[in-house]
Amino acid sequence: MTRIPEFRAAKWNEPVVMEMGRPGARGQLFPAPEGEVTETVGADLIPGSMARKDRPELPEITEFEAQRHYLHLSQMTLGMMGISLFGTCTMKYNSKTTEYATLRPELAEVHPYQHPDTLQGVLEIVHDFDLILRNLSGMDQFIFQAGGGADAAYTMTAVARAYWDDRGMLDQRTEMVTSVQAHPCNPATAAAAGFKVVNLPLEENGYPSLEALKAAVSEKTALIMLNNPDDMGIYNPEIKEWVKVAKEAGALCFYDHANFNGVMGKLSAGELGFDACMFMLHKTFGAPKAGGGPAVGAYGCTDELAPYLPCPVITKNGDRYDIDEDRPKSAGKVREYWGNVPQVVKAYGWARAMGAEGIQLASDISVVANNYMDKKLAEIPGLEISNPSINAYRMEMTRWSLGPLTEETGVSTVDFANRMADYGIDPYWMSHEPWIVAEPFTPEAGELWSKEDIDTWINVIRQIAEDARTNPEMVKTAPHNQAIAQVKGDVFEDPSKWAMTWRAYQRKIVGEDQEKGVA
Amino acid sequence: MTQPSRAHPWMASSAPGSIKAMLDEIGAASVEEVFEQIPKDHFRTTPLELPPTLSSEIELKRDLVGKLRKNGDCEANLSFLGAGVWQHHVPAVVDEIVGRTEFLTNVWGSYQSDHGRNQAWFEFSSQLGALLNLDVVQLPVYSWGCATGHAIRMAQRITGRSKVIVSQLSDPERLSVIRTYCQPTAMESHIEVVMLAVDPTTGRIDLNDLKSKLGNDVAAVYFENPAYLGTIETEAAEIARLTRAAGAETIVGVDPISLGVMTAPGDYGADIVTGPVQPLGVHMQCGGGAGGFIASRDEEKYVLEYNGFLVSIAETQEEGQLGFGLACPHQNSYGSREHGKDWTGNSTYLWAIAGAVYMSLLGPDGFREVGNLIVSRARYAAKCLSEIPGVKIVWPDSSFKEFLVNFDESGKTVAEVNDLLRARGIFGGKDVSGEDNALGQSALYCVTEVHTASDIRILTKTLKEVLS
Repeated sequence: MTRIPEFRAAKWNEPVVMEMGRPGARGQLFPAPEGEVTETVGADLIPGSMARKDRPELPEITEFEAQRHYLHLSQMTLGMMGISLFGTCTMKYNSKTTEYATLRPELAEVHPYQHPDTLQGVLEIVHDFDLILRNLSGMDQFIFQAGGGADAAYTMTAVARAYWDDRGMLDQRTEMVTSVQAHPCNPATAAAAGFKVVNLPLEENGYPSLEALKAAVSEKTALIMLNNPDDMGIYNPEIKEWVKVAKEAGALCFYDHANFNGVMGKLSAGELGFDACMFMLHKTFGAPKAGGGPAVGAYGCTDELAPYLPCPVITKNGDRYDIDEDRPKSAGKVREYWGNVPQVVKAYGWARAMGAEGIQLASDISVVANNYMDKKLAEIPGLEISNPSINAYRMEMTRWSLGPLTEETGVSTVDFANRMADYGIDPYWMSHEPWIVAEPFTPEAGELWSKEDIDTWINVIRQIAEDARTNPEMVKTAPHNQAIAQVKGDVFEDPSKWAMTWRAYQRKIVGEDQEKGVA
Repeated sequence: MTQPSRAHPWMASSAPGSIKAMLDEIGAASVEEVFEQIPKDHFRTTPLELPPTLSSEIELKRDLVGKLRKNGDCEANLSFLGAGVWQHHVPAVVDEIVGRTEFLTNVWGSYQSDHGRNQAWFEFSSQLGALLNLDVVQLPVYSWGCATGHAIRMAQRITGRSKVIVSQLSDPERLSVIRTYCQPTAMESHIEVVMLAVDPTTGRIDLNDLKSKLGNDVAAVYFENPAYLGTIETEAAEIARLTRAAGAETIVGVDPISLGVMTAPGDYGADIVTGPVQPLGVHMQCGGGAGGFIASRDEEKYVLEYNGFLVSIAETQEEGQLGFGLACPHQNSYGSREHGKDWTGNSTYLWAIAGAVYMSLLGPDGFREVGNLIVSRARYAAKCLSEIPGVKIVWPDSSFKEFLVNFDESGKTVAEVNDLLRARGIFGGKDVSGEDNALGQSALYCVTEVHTASDIRILTKTLKEVLS
């Protein structure tokens, strides 16, 4: 059945909260200090130099007005409520059951410095989930301190520094080797950690050559950071040789398992020879993304690297769970406390609800569905698959190009994404930098979406491609059914115009307009 | 592939025949064929051994809740723990909004499709900017320690210098993160962390020591107000003046819930400000409520060094309409990989929305009231505890919500005291006796708006009992 949604976003013309309200209105009252309190301590307790004199320029609105305002903002947020085949992010159902569990006071109102006797429940879940990830990866120990995939990559660089420092070789092992198509967080965190980044170029087949790797690794290499499959949907079949070559040079090997969905239960980082890996719990393991966190990059490593892990590590001794902070060789912390614990609980819930069979089935479905989607996309003129010379089924996502269509019509991938939202379809992911095909987009079907959802999505893409030919101006000026029209980007790089707060906006734009007498 | 006996509620294509229908369309005989890119000897040989599947919602809920119930929490107990994660009141409306599925399952979208979220983000920065009296506030990073680490690295890039001065009485948890961000000594871009003395009589930074350490090699001075151990830094303006005179950047860490009653850091010379977002309507969540903001004046020198997402207001193609988007997108690591300013990734942006709702509910009077309530009850608690034999308040009358309680004269360790309290339903303050502070058997107690005078009397009475 061909179906194309007719969508009209809510258009509340909602004011910025700073413009709302009236002097003296209140949204939240606090009790006055008790009589015994003020009698004992008096008033004006903040020392004069630090006592605030001005009144912060915050809105003054009622509780209902605050609730309604932010409900309106949520209604003007598509947020995966359409069909989101947002590649590289593996859009999944985020369970309300696990959400419910983590909102209970037994977790929401728990402090990380409570005595472990009062944390046995949450420690048990964290530890049990560690065991699940160990089984999925072949690693020996996981920690959850990293607040996202990039932070897990950063954790790897910190662990590598501690590892080489412990051997007195940190001033020699100064380089990190990766591929030019690796996620930006790998080179970026390595550079921030103080390593020199060596990027390997791609060959015709989509991945760097083994020869290039051999030439790049040496006694200077501290570590290599790799993802596989990549965002093109290409699996590097030489990965075992890569690990072997890197290890012969003494380097540590890190598997960025961002693209784990298609290989869950099929590959083991440990069996492939890696020293460490990371999983994104807000992606592959069903925890919500929340518009960019709180997230978790679960970092796992072998026993050889475990002494260097950031503290704490959750341990089990007999029937008791503990928080191990006493690890003399630890790399130090990458973030305070032991992680975004509710997200770990949600991921644990996801893994338990899926089970071994469900996890393997999910990887099957995600790869089959992606290839179904590829076949349908290939039928649309003007679209071109990346690396067209590869005659094989792709993995769980595929990079596509609108290049031919753009040449023909002038409609770009950004225009396309803007127009998708007019159908209630979440704009797709284009590509990380650098763009290695023209006008890229990267859909990922995953195991959540039905064949009918994918068909609807394809129909929308087909429709926009047609519109690009018949009415390119309409597509270029999209969206037309959204809460707002296209945002003008000119201010974003103009120091005289950008305004990151209402204060700045009033000073720079409104103030200037008033001086000029603009209404 | 084995077809499951029942379809899974989270996978549409687990229904009978669905996979086969797609395989037929693509002309593949089997699922295995679709994985043709992976060499046979790459597949794992060890079986996947996971715990039994909890295939129904009933079983899943029972497992999760059953385990979590083994925890003790700060609602069922009376807790005085703080030190970076604090028990504050979270208005019910905040929970409703951050639980909205559009915000919770959100990934990115476009400036138009997810306009509401972008506006909420801008409103977070705008309201926090009003509390800080600063024009630029970045969306939060992972934590206060991470925010401070990024801020110090900003100062290194701005000044070209590689030394940061921090208080000798810094939170070891945050300091450990800062040291990670400052890199080990073997790295070329290492930042040296120099410890600044604290006046033992006041708990405040020793200005003479600061003067002696401020040289033309210092990139930044970082201090917190209130400090880790609770004291208010009354000489903040002087610290900032001295720092500026040395050509260094003043980085101040502040607790945003204090800013209804405490001077905005933008008003006493702070160049870059960091702080936690958890006090602004985020539950403690065992530390999972952490997030850290970075703010500064609107000067290119600072703006062009931010690592993450700066949300700017902008016009749209429709006359008079406003939208929001990312300023300076090319300087972050998404745009520039290893050449970007530091690095960024998924962060804690849901807590920006929590903070936006929280600040809009409180308004100027709410922040004044809550600040006054907290400092009043905290001082009252300190006063009550000071009257217990064997207990000493290390720096009385100089705190906001946290204060240091010393038990040396009681003959008991903090660990012993806390064990006795815990048996009576009270979580005592954080034990800081193992930290490098020469403060003996001391605990950091936190009192907020959730603690009533009656709670404080219960604590006092119980402490008296366990110490006698």
